[in-house]
Amino acid sequence: MSVLVIAEHTGTALKTTTHTTIDAASHLGPVTVLVMGGVAVTPAEEAARLEHVTEVLLVEAPHLEHMLAEECAEQVVGLADKYRDILFPATTFGKNVMGRVAGILESSAVSDVIEIIDNKTFKHPTYAGNAIATVQTTEKKLIATIRPTAFNVVGESGRETKVTVIGAKPSLGLSTFVREELSDSSKPQLGSAKIVVSGGRGLKEADNFSMLEELAGKLGGGAIGATRAAVDLGWVPNDYQVGQTGKVVAPDIYFAVGISGAIQHLAGMKDSKVIVAINKDENAPIFDVATYGLVADLFEAIPELIKELS
Amino acid sequence: MKALVAIKHSINAYVKPTVKTDGSGVDLSTVKMSMNPFDEIAVEEAVRLKEAGKISEIIVVSIGKANVTESLRKALGMGADRGIHVLTDEDMYPLAVARILKVLLEKEGANIVLMGKQSIDGDNNQASQMLSGMMGWSQAMFASKVEIDDGKAEVTREVDGGLETISVKLPTVISTDLRLNEPRNVTLPNLMKAKQKPIEEVALIDLNVGTQSKVSVLKVEEPVARTGGIKVDNVAELVQKLKEEARVI
Repeated sequence: MSVLVIAEHTGTALKTTTHTTIDAASHLGPVTVLVMGGVAVTPAEEAARLEHVTEVLLVEAPHLEHMLAEECAEQVVGLADKYRDILFPATTFGKNVMGRVAGILESSAVSDVIEIIDNKTFKHPTYAGNAIATVQTTEKKLIATIRPTAFNVVGESGRETKVTVIGAKPSLGLSTFVREELSDSSKPQLGSAKIVVSGGRGLKEADNFSMLEELAGKLGGGAIGATRAAVDLGWVPNDYQVGQTGKVVAPDIYFAVGISGAIQHLAGMKDSKVIVAINKDENAPIFDVATYGLVADLFEAIPELIKELS
Repeated sequence: MKALVAIKHSINAYVKPTVKTDGSGVDLSTVKMSMNPFDEIAVEEAVRLKEAGKISEIIVVSIGKANVTESLRKALGMGADRGIHVLTDEDMYPLAVARILKVLLEKEGANIVLMGKQSIDGDNNQASQMLSGMMGWSQAMFASKVEIDDGKAEVTREVDGGLETISVKLPTVISTDLRLNEPRNVTLPNLMKAKQKPIEEVALIDLNVGTQSKVSVLKVEEPVARTGGIKVDNVAELVQKLKEEARVI
């Protein structure tokens, strides 16, 4: 039996969290991708061209436009019988829907899978990444979220699978979308950027984040991240937060600027390929994980770095 | 309207967990335990809703050993009206937690459930969504703002791209995120008063709920430690290393 992957998309394109979930699913069996939305034909066609994908299901309805949990779960539950496993990306979207689906199906679930050992055995982080648990499920159906940074972004297969349009279940009408305030989507997204430049309390004030923006630009375009402290101080929006309770990132290069390296923050970035830490406190814990550490005043080092890269 | 608030007594947020050498789990024998921080935010929100006249009674529930009453007492000190302690020595998985809460919810007739979005030990982020699905209720997860009016709740949610506001019909399950509020400190007089508030002890077996987990933990290990690299002397050396050694720029 196939594995059902629940796609996350923008309406016009798949998010890379879908690609990584497909990669994980391919370890378990043939992959069917379910694309739901108001209008979602473009991401469905994109999914049909991806490696490992043998079937794409498209469900379009006005009540699915905002991907509300109740409505999405209803569609997934309706298809559950036909698939052995159901996988979601471990993002706010995937977590929101996955638990509801598992509850309706009265099934246990596994969160944040980082490694698939076999069909029933998985690793996932607990205690903010300080303890990795290997768990085994005896449920007939695996319902799980997949941590995007732990799997590969699948590419195109060179062929195109058929997209099957299926009818939507009627709206439950339990909740309605009111509004959203989203960050600038033209900038690289924190969760999938190859380069991340993050700032912490050491930046001293909100305006100094512009230095990091400039550095990210000089590096060829990177996403800006922050510690929980910087977010709580109101310097940057909450979705900039990297850490256990924010986003987990694993870019090719992570700049930690004025960040001491609290456990909470390390849990969100320690799988980055290269970590650069710039901090004036030579005893800051961030240096214990940094590939390259520079003990310096960031207000001197960052402008100098920008100049060197120009 | 009654609110049910579910809390977990878990490892203190400032304690670094130590994995036991036999791989059986995290050593909790001597560590400080506290109310899960996300749940503290749920209690605070319930108390504020009661102060605003939106709800009439706050029932706080915790599942676990005898020591969970510490967190229950704290919640009562913050302003919850009464407690329910579901007594069990076993670790409860999210599905079991949701089933237990469902039984209590039906018994108590509450219309709104508030709970933290995840516990900082299991980090599962499942129980509230599961409960909502089992009940067939609406759900508002990862809340950073809650307003209740006219049989509905308008909830702003923390999502990956920013913030999303939805309106959900009551009854509903709300899970709380970090920025929803700052929990109050419990004053000594309030803690003393809380001692007069009732905590009903319920044996898990009397609830007649299937709690046997179908997910078992085979082993728990420390993450592969990342070894620190080197210190560079200046910016020029950093740029040279990034270009020539790491080749990432």
